[in-house]
Amino acid sequence: MRSGPLAYALLAVGILVLASTPLYADNYVVRTAAIVAMYGALATSWNFIGGFTGYPSFSTAAFFGLGCYVGAICQRAGVPMVLAWLIATLMVGAFAALLGAIILRLKGHYFAIGSIAVVEVCRLIVSSWSSLTGGGDGLNLPLLTWGPEQVMRFFLFVMLAILILSLIATALVDRSRLGFGLRCIHQNEDAAAMVGIDTTRYKVAAYTLSAVFCAAAGAAYASWTGYIDPTESFQILMTVKVPVMAMLGGAGTLAGPFLGAAAFVLLEEVFWANFLDWNRAILGVVIVLLVFFLPGGLLSLARKRSAGGPA
Amino acid sequence: MAIYSQILANGLMLGALYACLAVGFSLVWGVLNVINMLHGSFIILGGYLTWFAWHGWGIHPIVMLPVVGALLFALGFALQKLVINRVVSAPVLTTLTLTFGLDMILYNVMTYWFTATPRRVQLDLGAVSLGPVTLPVDRLVGTALALVLTLALYAVMRGSNIGRAIVAVRMDRSAAELMGIRTERIYAITFGIGALMAGVAGVVFASVFPITTNVTGTYLGKAFVVCVVGGLGSVPGALVGGLVLGLVESLAGHWFGPQQAITAGFVLMLAILLTRPTGLVGVRGYE
Repeated sequence: MRSGPLAYALLAVGILVLASTPLYADNYVVRTAAIVAMYGALATSWNFIGGFTGYPSFSTAAFFGLGCYVGAICQRAGVPMVLAWLIATLMVGAFAALLGAIILRLKGHYFAIGSIAVVEVCRLIVSSWSSLTGGGDGLNLPLLTWGPEQVMRFFLFVMLAILILSLIATALVDRSRLGFGLRCIHQNEDAAAMVGIDTTRYKVAAYTLSAVFCAAAGAAYASWTGYIDPTESFQILMTVKVPVMAMLGGAGTLAGPFLGAAAFVLLEEVFWANFLDWNRAILGVVIVLLVFFLPGGLLSLARKRSAGGPA
Repeated sequence: MAIYSQILANGLMLGALYACLAVGFSLVWGVLNVINMLHGSFIILGGYLTWFAWHGWGIHPIVMLPVVGALLFALGFALQKLVINRVVSAPVLTTLTLTFGLDMILYNVMTYWFTATPRRVQLDLGAVSLGPVTLPVDRLVGTALALVLTLALYAVMRGSNIGRAIVAVRMDRSAAELMGIRTERIYAITFGIGALMAGVAGVVFASVFPITTNVTGTYLGKAFVVCVVGGLGSVPGALVGGLVLGLVESLAGHWFGPQQAITAGFVLMLAILLTRPTGLVGVRGYE
């Protein structure tokens, strides 16, 4: 599964295209580029637990939402913006490590259900803890005083930075003992334990990695929009959409999740613009087609063509 | 004490409704090993069909019960036969994603045709008092109906050839195939029954609570909890899970406020998942 030059080339082109949008395109396109980068980071994060380790995790929205809230609460308490993002990342990372130690004992369907329940529990707790989180009314954040174009550019580069960090982490894990161990767990967890892999520690590490970039993206997103509420921050739709993006590109690969996220967000934008009433159904159709006709993701097409068979 | 007998009564009534709501989901999970994300939308579809029949043509919900059941069975059977059967043995990530995609389509169609306005069939049956406990008659009838429907499914599973074939496939697919059972067909029938039970639960719910497409996720969440708490794939499991959830929600709602009732359900589910993953009634060795 070692990534070839094609993957790196695709990544470099993709990131350059996104980063250069402010030079030639209007604010709508820059905003879309920032959203692509954000979902790219979320899907690349999910890849650690879902792609490498093969655990069907649906907790992305929990980490993203908690990132939003920790960042927002810190900023409202007067913590400088970037420091607030950092605190959110660390706190949600610690939370994920603790949670992972508990729920990673579950497997398969039970793990899937448990990880979805985590999103719901987080949403319910956040919406009822009004004294801290503002409850259903949500929270306002201090707005940046720059012009709209500057703000958009700034957050495009922030999201790109998070995306690049998550990709670097993926490349490092891919080559390390950790990545090897996670792939062993994917193939056969009992056998992995038997040859001396500390499966619990490895799984917790993967789960934590899958959380930190989501938390950073969430905290930055909260600062960007200037307002968060529980239903927007903890969406079941997001928690399924992100794994779908990773699968669309190719789960378990370096470039796949980012490419899948880009393709998905662009499709979504087209459907929103042209078929407002039916965009949800069309995305549903895309998911169904993906499951049937592209189970290995977009990258598997390229690989088949160049290598003459599945890698 | 009066307040607690009321809470107990409410919890048990709610619990029977939950059992009926979840039993189809549980069956599909147990037999097909598929987490059916469509289940919540099936319930709402059943409820909406009932409401429109009642509002448009004055058809009583009890008449709609078999109609909705038949329609939803056909829908479920077709979906499984034509779509889900192709990937039924794939990992959970695939099947869950697929049913979620299908749910997005069904949800969109329902919101487009029916809009998301909350609707309820108002039967105005009044209420009865038993000592300190007041019971709205429509809810009482709904509870009884939910129990009858759930037990009817139990009877079918136990007494009919189809039911025995479903149980056989659940226990050992290959052995069942060797005995001449066409498992693909049994899968389609099981998914059809799951949809049927969701639909008739929708008929009951529409007569008791206001329903809208916005609550499909809430009902799906209830099905998760009931299924995990009771143990999946069996009618007694769903009954126990439903009653426990109903009681826990009533008590938590009384002690901590209505918002916390739902949280309590999920916390209960996570606790059971971690300590007794086969559920309170469940069969050992089923994962």
